[in-house]
Amino acid sequence: MSSIMVSRIRQKQIAQMVASGKRLDGRGLKDYRPIKVETGIIEKAEGSSRALLGKTEVVVGVKVEIGDPFLDRPDEGVFTVNSEFVPLASPEFEAGPPSEESIELARVVDRGIRESKAIDLEKLCLIPGKKVYVIFIDIYVLNHDGNLIDASSLASLAALLNTKIPVYVVEDNEVKKTNDYIPLPIKNLPVSITLANISDKLIVDPWLEEEEAMSARLTITFDKDNKISAIQKGGPGALTPQQIMEAAHMAREKAEELRKMLVKT
Amino acid sequence: MSGKIRLINENGLRVDGRRPNELRPIKMEVGVLSNADGSAYIEQGKNKILAAVYGPREVHPRHLALPDRSLLRCRYHMAPFSVEERKSPAPSRREIELSKVIKEALEPAIFLEKFPRTSIDIFIEVLQADGGTRCAGTTVAALALADAGIPMRDLVVACAAGKVDGVLVLDLNDIEDKEGEADVPVAYMPNLGLISLLQMDGSLTIEEFNQSLNLAMEGCKQIYKFQKEALRSRYVTIKEEVEECLR
Repeated sequence: MSSIMVSRIRQKQIAQMVASGKRLDGRGLKDYRPIKVETGIIEKAEGSSRALLGKTEVVVGVKVEIGDPFLDRPDEGVFTVNSEFVPLASPEFEAGPPSEESIELARVVDRGIRESKAIDLEKLCLIPGKKVYVIFIDIYVLNHDGNLIDASSLASLAALLNTKIPVYVVEDNEVKKTNDYIPLPIKNLPVSITLANISDKLIVDPWLEEEEAMSARLTITFDKDNKISAIQKGGPGALTPQQIMEAAHMAREKAEELRKMLVKT
Repeated sequence: MSGKIRLINENGLRVDGRRPNELRPIKMEVGVLSNADGSAYIEQGKNKILAAVYGPREVHPRHLALPDRSLLRCRYHMAPFSVEERKSPAPSRREIELSKVIKEALEPAIFLEKFPRTSIDIFIEVLQADGGTRCAGTTVAALALADAGIPMRDLVVACAAGKVDGVLVLDLNDIEDKEGEADVPVAYMPNLGLISLLQMDGSLTIEEFNQSLNLAMEGCKQIYKFQKEALRSRYVTIKEEVEECLR
């Protein structure tokens, strides 16, 4: 996301401060901005949440439908992640087909949920090969102030934990909706942590101006057993192998903190 | 997922008979398209990929031009016939994401600031895919950039490592990628020692990830030799052609 929004002089200032171990907004290099997560904010959705990461604001809605399974996984439910960079969230967002960044965001969140097997898809099959639950996870970015990936994956997980799916009964090879709801079966809690490389130092949770000043970012998603489920490097620069391993250890620590906080709320 | 197909046999060999740390056979050629400013072709196992570079050239549409550097654009695309089931030629979300990560893998190697208000366009066409196309695509695109004479800090070379049937392996093929436990694609600049593309999906401990990263870098260093050789032989050919003309 290269832009002219953060002037060169400002970028230089950010880089110099990080080099001396400080940040423009007063945070330490390993500190997150204040995090707030609310759930159940959209009544019409089967699950929903709002996550605030400083001024970054993301709403996630989960909708549940019945549909066909994938041919190669006939007895598993299906889920998809989509993200919308709504034009009201930033002067840089435009209406129209999704940008590269928006697609990347949705796919990184998807990978974390999929690879950690967060949703118990085997429990979402109604008639094998024919009818399964389809879970739509829609990420709506409402205010862009940096680190959309972490805000979105946190909001997505919170929304999934908040999701109730309607109970269906199978009669004569047909599915019928009942009035009952059960919680969506969740068996893992993936948490993504994003670090940015500025002045060859790693900082956690870059905000918008730091994203403009960073050379590269690295997102690492940890599951509840402290295993890595997904990684994504972004940005125009490169990292040393030492930096990557340092980032992995920092991210593991932070992921545990965030997971604890999320489970509490 | 795994368990259905055995990916490592009792002798510790993989489905295609390779040892865990062995690359697939690789063939590269530079300067294969006459219209492009630079081009290259790679075969890595059953992967067959072409890359072309146009630029530095005028930017279209013009408003995208950058005042201080060249605009780097990359399109990774798979031919409809490149996979088992026909792929729609329209760019998929996967292809759009890969275009982005490949662009960012090549970007740190290029002196973009030497060509303000221009664009450098990279086109990667996968003619046949067999796992690891983003890596082979990055490797071949770096060759095409070099062939176009674009000044670079280093070549970029990419290779994946991963885990199948509990064993860490190098350069995963399609079945290993789909049925295995994890896949870690890495792009590496061998002389700078920097990593410019890194992704992972699956499940690995930090220690396993560290080993996979090192394994992938070793793979990159081996592929780098083929890259250099492909470039050298291209210019030996040109030199001979010139000498032929002068004779």
